[in-house]
Amino acid sequence: MVPAIEVQNVEKRYGALRALAGVSLSIEPGEMFGLLGPNGAGKTTLISIAAGLTRASAGGVRVMGADVVGEYRRARRMLGVVPQELVFDPFFTVRETLRFQSGYFGLRDNGDWIDEVMHHLDLTSKADANMRTLSGGMKRRVLVAQALVHKPPVIVLDEPTAGVDVELRQALWNFVRRLNRDGHTIVLTTHYLEEAELLCTRIGMLKAGRLVALDSTRNLLETFSGLQLKLRLSRESLPPALEPRLVSRQGDRFNLRLDDYTELEQVLVGLREAGEAILEFDLQPPDLEEVFVRIMNRHA
Amino acid sequence: MTGFLTLFYKELLRFWKVAFQTIAAPVLTAMLYLLIFAQVLEDHVLVYGTVRYTAFLVPGLVMMSVLQNAFANSSSSLIQSKITGNIIFMLLPPISYIQFFGAYVLASMARALVVGLGVLAATAWFVELSIAAPLWAIAFALLGSAILGSLGLIAGIWADKFDQLAAFQNFVIMPLTFLSGVFYSIHSLPDFWQDLSGYNPIFYMIDGFRYGFFGVSDVPPATSFAVVAGCFAILAAATLWLLRGGYKLRY
Repeated sequence: MVPAIEVQNVEKRYGALRALAGVSLSIEPGEMFGLLGPNGAGKTTLISIAAGLTRASAGGVRVMGADVVGEYRRARRMLGVVPQELVFDPFFTVRETLRFQSGYFGLRDNGDWIDEVMHHLDLTSKADANMRTLSGGMKRRVLVAQALVHKPPVIVLDEPTAGVDVELRQALWNFVRRLNRDGHTIVLTTHYLEEAELLCTRIGMLKAGRLVALDSTRNLLETFSGLQLKLRLSRESLPPALEPRLVSRQGDRFNLRLDDYTELEQVLVGLREAGEAILEFDLQPPDLEEVFVRIMNRHA
Repeated sequence: MTGFLTLFYKELLRFWKVAFQTIAAPVLTAMLYLLIFAQVLEDHVLVYGTVRYTAFLVPGLVMMSVLQNAFANSSSSLIQSKITGNIIFMLLPPISYIQFFGAYVLASMARALVVGLGVLAATAWFVELSIAAPLWAIAFALLGSAILGSLGLIAGIWADKFDQLAAFQNFVIMPLTFLSGVFYSIHSLPDFWQDLSGYNPIFYMIDGFRYGFFGVSDVPPATSFAVVAGCFAILAAATLWLLRGGYKLRY
């Protein structure tokens, strides 16, 4: 099967700065892929290269098999991009904006689909409002609609929920899930690890222009993250048998690490045998944030 | 083709929505020039021995408005899109660089010609104009607006800030238009300035355009046409080359 997006040894240099230092990855059709990384890691640069907004210094990207430089017309038809910045053209209304975008992609008489997209994004009541008059959240919805007017099989959302209120975030998440169910490949960059964990089946992590992790969300969570057990103990000391599990302590508060739930019993047994009483107890499941922090630290 | 037509239409709609500023204002400015210069000079100057100064001035003002508005349209549209970031909507779709060029330049020409016709219509009331060779006039109006439309694209691509664009407009375009014989025949200039005018391509646009009205000009119209056509070829090639390489647009 032809990958939805295939990135091969992509490098991008701005003078002495290497924004991307040889990134390769492949995103399969129908995937919900998360691209994570701190600011300046190269996420937006990589997306821009895939969208033809930036030229790679070396390597290449294909969208549904079409080279983004050599076969740029086919590649761009396959891709819908929701940019990070809230950009808009202040001269036009929502409907005009969407009609133009549709026309740029060579589509005429696309009114029915435009109406449908506006309906799904709750934009219908604003169809004839000038872009200037819309709230930030509404402008964000228009950006999403613009990326969808040509029904692209691959949709890239560059931090779609940055600075978005809870309600719109939930609405966008649901909408993105539905697009994915309808067969669209989704690529999402985000700072919100919770978002990636919730939506993405596979995750790539970038740091300083390099891909430092690439795996399914589940594998990443299992490989890198155990359970975190937070305890407050009566005697302010940890039985020696439990010392190897200690991550950190503050007074009578102890942070222990467990590989899985079965180890909980051993910990409780150890505490009972030492005559310790538990004053507070909190067991946290693995989360992507911990994975992220560890991977980033490992490559520091 | 739909992509090109859409971009062309969008560019037309952009200036049409603010027609007061993009069409009415330049027409008024040209009328003010006519009012003032004609008032002062009408009784003193006869150009080419037979042409009254006011009549001489009108084609110059028309062409000056055409050129300035062609430049203003493409340059301001592009820099606004760059600075607000909405240029991305034109860069993401499969629009070729030739279509991009064509849409912006044709829209600039459209605005320039609408303004030019407006100036002509507004001033024709006050002046008796002959139209000796209309095809020459049309040819120079089309080519002149295409050249300045291309130049506007180059300036819009190059400029990162509004003041850079303003500098281009005020320090390059304005002196070239004002010193091109809009307000005078270069034969009334001292030799040095006459020779220098020969290096100003805008002089040939104005002079050739004026020939279309009076059938007389400083330079034979075919010579002017060759210069202007050559300028267009060079500028169009340069603009296409910049767009093809994505200079300052896809970096």
